[in-house]
Amino acid sequence: MPEQLLFAMEVTLNGLMAGVLYALVALGFVLIYKASGIFNYAQGVMALFAALTLVGIMEGQVPFAHLINVIFGTEIHHFGWEVPALLAILLTVVVMIIFAWLVNHFVMRHLINQEPIILFMATIGLAYFLEGVGDLMWGSDIKRLEVGLPQGINEWIDETTFQALGYGFFIDNLDIVAAVIAILLVIGLVIFSQYTTQGRALRAVADDHQAALSVGISLNFIWVLVWSIAGFVALVAGMMWGAKSGVQFSLSLIALKALPVLLIGGFTSIPGAIIGGLIIGVGEKLFEFSIGPMIGGATENWFAYVLALIFLVIRPQGLFGDKIIERV
Amino acid sequence: MNSMAGNYTTSDGREIGGVMMEMKNITLRFGGVVAIKDISFDIHEGEIRAIIGPNGAGKSSMLNVISGFYNPQEGEVWFNGKKRPSMKPYHVARQGIARTFQNIALFEGMSVLDNIMTGRLTHMKTGMLAQALWRGPAEREEVQNREVVEKIIDFLEIQHIRKTPVGRLPYGLKKRVELARALAAEPKLLLLDEPMAGMNVEEKEDMSRYILDTNDEFGTTIALIEHDMGVVMDLSDRVVVMDYGQKIGDGTPDQVRNNQAVIDAYLGVAHD
Ligand SMILES: Nc1ncnc2c1ncn2[C@@H]1O[C@H](COP(=O)(O)OP(=O)(O)OP(=O)(O)O)[C@@H](O)[C@H]1O
Ligand SMILES: [Mg+2]
Repeated sequence: MPEQLLFAMEVTLNGLMAGVLYALVALGFVLIYKASGIFNYAQGVMALFAALTLVGIMEGQVPFAHLINVIFGTEIHHFGWEVPALLAILLTVVVMIIFAWLVNHFVMRHLINQEPIILFMATIGLAYFLEGVGDLMWGSDIKRLEVGLPQGINEWIDETTFQALGYGFFIDNLDIVAAVIAILLVIGLVIFSQYTTQGRALRAVADDHQAALSVGISLNFIWVLVWSIAGFVALVAGMMWGAKSGVQFSLSLIALKALPVLLIGGFTSIPGAIIGGLIIGVGEKLFEFSIGPMIGGATENWFAYVLALIFLVIRPQGLFGDKIIERV
Repeated sequence: MNSMAGNYTTSDGREIGGVMMEMKNITLRFGGVVAIKDISFDIHEGEIRAIIGPNGAGKSSMLNVISGFYNPQEGEVWFNGKKRPSMKPYHVARQGIARTFQNIALFEGMSVLDNIMTGRLTHMKTGMLAQALWRGPAEREEVQNREVVEKIIDFLEIQHIRKTPVGRLPYGLKKRVELARALAAEPKLLLLDEPMAGMNVEEKEDMSRYILDTNDEFGTTIALIEHDMGVVMDLSDRVVVMDYGQKIGDGTPDQVRNNQAVIDAYLGVAHD
């Protein structure tokens, strides 16, 4: 097989893995958008916040240590214990549920029936607020996240492809784990929404608020539930990104790549978020690989947005989105 | 409780129980518009109660007050002998009051079966965690709920469309699915806002039969809004007549038909 083709295959595989992470973030957006019509700009910051919280808890950091020390003149930073990863993840989930409740109680439920643009603005405010809180709570230095996920080249794939094709593919174990976890998460979400009572209630609210109320569904409960699930998805995404490139504030910017993912996949479709993520992941890597060298590289910064623009012109509702029908 | 107080026997010989729902001096305003003005009436257990009146009279508003979608500025709502505090719609639904809407409100993206299943939500007790961790009871509950739903599907003769997405159904069938979803809740009180609007004669006859059968077979108390006077006279035991937010008549179909204020309202006599 020609060498270029082999390289391209390896790049595609790596693109798929990166795409899984994009898809994970996009998934969080879709969940909230479907259930409440809110485009949650804060989804990326939620991923960052979740990852920060996870690291903080694992390392036994005292939350708001800086603030406490300034006010009381103390010098505390650590509790002096370390929390095992699994327990820390559970505690972080609890934190994200509390966050969901707070968001609904203090912001979203007061904005029912407002214009989408107002809800969007509220989530922008929320994003900056949460970024500030994350900073205040856990400090702003880059942190390593070690939840014990395997990392480094997958020897088996390397060897196998080497024997079969004469060229060993470099695939990071972490990417494989991320892909598997993402697949499990999606399967879990589908089972939840299709086969459980609360899932059915959630779909009902996404479909028609009035009708949902009339069959006894509490909108507030569903919204807290949705934000909690989005928080959980954010935690998973934050964990994966964090393990890959450290927990730092740029994480919330990477999450903005979810926007082109959604433009391609459609804002209301879970399969759309996944396919969109994969298209961007692969497209980005292949473009950088094939065209990048000719135009000076760094195409990964903008390729996704240009691709989304093209989609926007050809198919404004995205691949799987609800058709936009003009009523006249 | 005054359960014995209002018992009566209808012209067709049905025994009607005591007061189930009582509206006392209800006033509802939207800014300057007074949608309901100091109206009182009651609904007895087991009866079919109609609310009629010209367009904009405030009929839907009244139904919305009963179902908790609107909270009146003045007046009291009594249910099962207790004064009801102001409530959210989902809370009212959980008390056994189901409804349909004037402009059909269904879950268009879901199948007919799923739509009707949502009507069972008020009867589901197993929590989410239990469902995730311990499938047994949740599955048993699901099976029981399915049985109720299948019974209602048979009752309303919609077996052939049970898997169809609601968005694809014609208008008349949508109305029937909405009724099915309300019935799935096995409500004590069923509120129907113009269940036959926009239907042809045959569909109206079917719907009338379903409403009568619901009342007859399940003993469901029904309050309904309807414009077709023939239907109202056939179906209902007692009628409230509204006009410009006020109650202008209340009684059996015969009494109401001969009420001068009602005749004037319907013939469009000038208001002064
Ligand atoms: N949510 C609302 N906001 C403002 N005004 C309202 C609202 N709901 C109803 N109204 C007003 O209250 C009055 C009564 O309306 P309602 O819908 O109850 O009438 P109706 O008797 O059901 O009429 P129709 O036969 O046309 O359905 C109308 O003037 C209407 O404009
Ligand atoms: Mg009406």
